[in-house]
Parts: sequence; C-alpha cells; structure tokens
Amino acid sequence: MAVETPREPAAALAGLDHLDQAPPQQAKRHIGAKIWAGTWPKLLALVLALAIWELVYLSGFKHAILPGPATTLRNLWDQLHHALVWQAIGTTLRRAVIGFAIALVIGTVVGALVSRIRPLRAGFGSLITALQTLPSIVWVPFAIILFGANTSAILFVIVMTAAPAIANGLIAGADYVPPLLLRAGKTMGLRRVSLYRHVIMPATLPAFVNGLKQGWAFGWHGLIAAEIVVIILGQPSLGVLLTNDQDQADMASAIAIIIVILIIGIVVDVLFNVVNGRIRRRWGVAENAG
Amino acid sequence: MTLDARRAAPAAVTPVTPAGPAVQISDVSKVFGRGDTTLQALDDVSLSVAPGEFVTLIGASGCGKSTLLNLIAGLDMPTSGEISTGGRGVSLMFQESALFPWLTAARNVDMPLRAAGVPRAQRRERVAELLDLVQLTAFADKRPHQLSGGMRQRVALARALAQDADVLLMDEPFGALDAMTRDLLHEVLEGIWRRRNLSIVFVTHEVREAVRLGDRVVLLSSRPGRVIGEFEVGFDRPRGMDSADTVDLAIKIKDRLREEIIRHGR
Repeated sequence: MAVETPREPAAALAGLDHLDQAPPQQAKRHIGAKIWAGTWPKLLALVLALAIWELVYLSGFKHAILPGPATTLRNLWDQLHHALVWQAIGTTLRRAVIGFAIALVIGTVVGALVSRIRPLRAGFGSLITALQTLPSIVWVPFAIILFGANTSAILFVIVMTAAPAIANGLIAGADYVPPLLLRAGKTMGLRRVSLYRHVIMPATLPAFVNGLKQGWAFGWHGLIAAEIVVIILGQPSLGVLLTNDQDQADMASAIAIIIVILIIGIVVDVLFNVVNGRIRRRWGVAENAG
Repeated sequence: MTLDARRAAPAAVTPVTPAGPAVQISDVSKVFGRGDTTLQALDDVSLSVAPGEFVTLIGASGCGKSTLLNLIAGLDMPTSGEISTGGRGVSLMFQESALFPWLTAARNVDMPLRAAGVPRAQRRERVAELLDLVQLTAFADKRPHQLSGGMRQRVALARALAQDADVLLMDEPFGALDAMTRDLLHEVLEGIWRRRNLSIVFVTHEVREAVRLGDRVVLLSSRPGRVIGEFEVGFDRPRGMDSADTVDLAIKIKDRLREEIIRHGR
C-alpha cells in the first residue's frame, strides 16, 4: 500500500463522493398517482366484499330483509341525487373538522406539557393511554347530561376520543428523540426553548402525525356513535339518517349510508398516509412509506 | 485604545493568559451512580492541551474517553477536580454524525450559527465557506440519509467548525468509515487543523490512527480511566497510516495497552 499519502485529498475525495452517490431516486409521482396507489387495493377489497355479499343474497339468507348489492347501490345512487344525504354529509364533516381542530389544540398542549414536565408525565402519561382504551360510546351519556342533546355534546365526544390519541403521539415521539441529537443540539448552544424548537419538535413530528391519524380515526368513531344517539331537529347528519333507517327498517338505505361513511373514512385515511409518507421520506425514516 | 489600556491596567496582577493551555484538566475524577452501585469512570486525570496542539486519546473499552470529552464540552460536571477551557469555546463531534435528519447539509451547518444569533446574510456566507472547506458544496441541498457515511462526517465536521470554537473534541469520528475514506478524511482534518490553528482532542481505539494524527498520544487505563502513558510523536507530517515510523510507534503503544488489558484479566 502507498506509504506516501498524496498532499491534496481533493481529487480523491471528489472521486469517492461520485462513487458514493445514492442511486437516482424514483421519478416523483403525481399526488393523484400516490392517492390511487393507496386506494386501488382497497377498492379491490370492496369489490370482493360486494361479491361475497351477492353470494349471501343469492343463498337466500334472510331474504325478506337483506337486500342484495344491486338494490342497495341503486338506493345509494338515488340518495345521492337528493339534497338530504349531502346535507347530512356536510353536517357530519363540519362537526368532524371542528371537533378535530379542538382536539388538536387540546391534545397538542396537553401532550407538550406532559412530555416536558416529569411529574405530569408520571401522573398523566398512563391515564392518557388508558383514556384511549375507553370505547367512544361511553362518553355519549356523559356529554348529553353535561351539555344536553346538542352539537356541543357531539363535539365533546369527538374531543374526548381524539385528544388522548393526539397527546399520546406527541408524548411517544418526545420519548424517542435520539439522545445523540439532544447532545449535539446542546453542544452547539441550543437550550430549552431553542432546543425544543430546533431539535425536539422536528424529531417528534413523524410520531405526532401518526397520533393525528389515530386521533382522527377515534374521533370519527365517536362522532358517528354520538350522532346516532343525539338527534337534533332540522340538522340531518349521517348518524340521523342511520337512525331513521333503523326506525323504518330500511336496510338498503342503512347499508347505503354505511358505505358513504366507509368511503369518507377511506379517503381521509389515504390523505393522512400521503402526508405521513412525505414526512417519513423527508426524515429518511423509511424509503418506501406511503 | 487608551481607554482599553487603562481598563486593562488592574488586570496586570493576573495576566490575561495569552499563552495559557487551550484545555486544562486538573485532578479530575468522575463517579456515576450513588450508594452501592457506583462506577468510577475517571480517576484523578490531569491533562493539558496547548493551543494549536493535536492530542489523541487512546484506551481500551471502559477507559472513560467519552466521559472525559463530555466533561470538557461542559455537558457533564466532574465529581472532583477542575476543567478550564480558555478561548472561544469547545465544539464536539461524534462517531455517528448526529446530523439532524430533517435538515439539508447546508441547514445542518447553519444550525450552530442560528443558535449563536449570527445575522442571516453572514450565515449564508459562512455556510458556503464551510461546505467548501469540506468539499461538499455540490451536496448542500441533500439530506443526511442521501449522503454516504464519509460525507455525513464531513458535514458534521463543517457543523462543528461553524461554532468557531478553538477547541475541537472528536469522539471516534472516523471509527465507522472504510479505510480509504478515513485516510482521506485524516488529510482533510489535518489541513483544517493547520490552517485554523485549532486545538484538537481526538479519541480513537485505533492506535495507528492516533499516531498518524496526534502531536501527542495519551494512553488511558480502564475502569477507572487514568492517564498511564504519553507518547510524543516526533516525526514529520504528513504521516502515512502504514509508514514504518507510524507502525513502529503503534506497536510500542499497543504493547503498553495490552499490558493494561492483561492486568484486568487477572
């Protein structure tokens, strides 16, 4: 091997850098293509489910009550041509967004405080996790007694189910900030607020977004459960439509509404996955997330 | 000027220490834990690093190398003894680059400047200059996971230099790199050290690397860490990792190190 080392490492370094360069990344896909990539396997599953359903229908099981996919989808199609279902979707989504926004603020503040303050962490950490195990429906009686049967009660249920998940995501993320990055931050003179802003917060972001996704899912469960119970006159919601169908034993319509709820859930889930995948790629956490 | 001179007058009693050591470690001990489960990491370590001196620290596992660097960097306090660092402070570099994965190479180098409150325009200039110094201008906008291990360490070096400290502590910075990259980075580091007149404390477990880089190699014992030998590296730079002088001294140091390890086996 060379005993004499060259004076100028520049040329050799440039050569190594060239060799070391990561292989060219896949061409960036359009956002629509990404959403499609996340959606089509779900659509396939949906088609399979429809096929099984059709088989059950053909078998004659509860034939008088259970409609086949054709009848149901026609019902759905008819409903989509009336304002009522769109009004209901509007009301439900508006509540979901408002409730989630409140949960976001509360969950973030609580999560930030609990993750940073040690005694709070010891006391409330497990309580917040425990709250997450609580079925969302248990908050409905509580909310109705507290607020009466109105929108506030519904929003309350969303907040109580979504906020713990959001707080938990933040706490979990803060727990896993690599100690080495904290050390590096401290060495370069970052302290308290600046350390939080420049190191802890960005390091926590992937776990936080994960918490948001979970919070949304829990909140959505709670919302529909609450809407089925809390019926406000003049405010049709997806939950109210389901209750009406139950009262009129209109199975085709009930299934049609379930499908609407399912589709909204899928779309939102895919949107979250796109955001999540972007962050993870940017952070270098996973090569092929999303 | 005259005002300054007058102000400086009383200080004549204790001189402004123009040529004091860059790092002065006096009788430092460090004990971790309390009660029955204590671990003495360092025992009565004294070490002085002159301005512009390149000191390499070497020892078997458990010699408290990293503990010592943490103490010098002020990230931890000694149990007893004193550490003083004169000048413009201390920066620290690790075996893993410890770059922030969500920032580009340039923004990583920028972070210590932001932390120090340097104005934006000035920062941009400094970052460009530092990236040029480690030859990564072309990779300024890449994120750490898009860079090779050697490139990441160069970004980490640029980031450490951004602090503009005159003491640079390095904790096995090239330990995870392949030999070719490591040899090149030795040359890069040596060039920067010379031009910037840095004082460097460089921890490694690779004896030839210690000889290749250091003006002086300091040997630490294990559990507890204690200075058990110092070797002046007399011969000229640039040295090769595989030159006869380097290998000869490395063998001498290794023998001494082996004695120390055998002592623990008994």
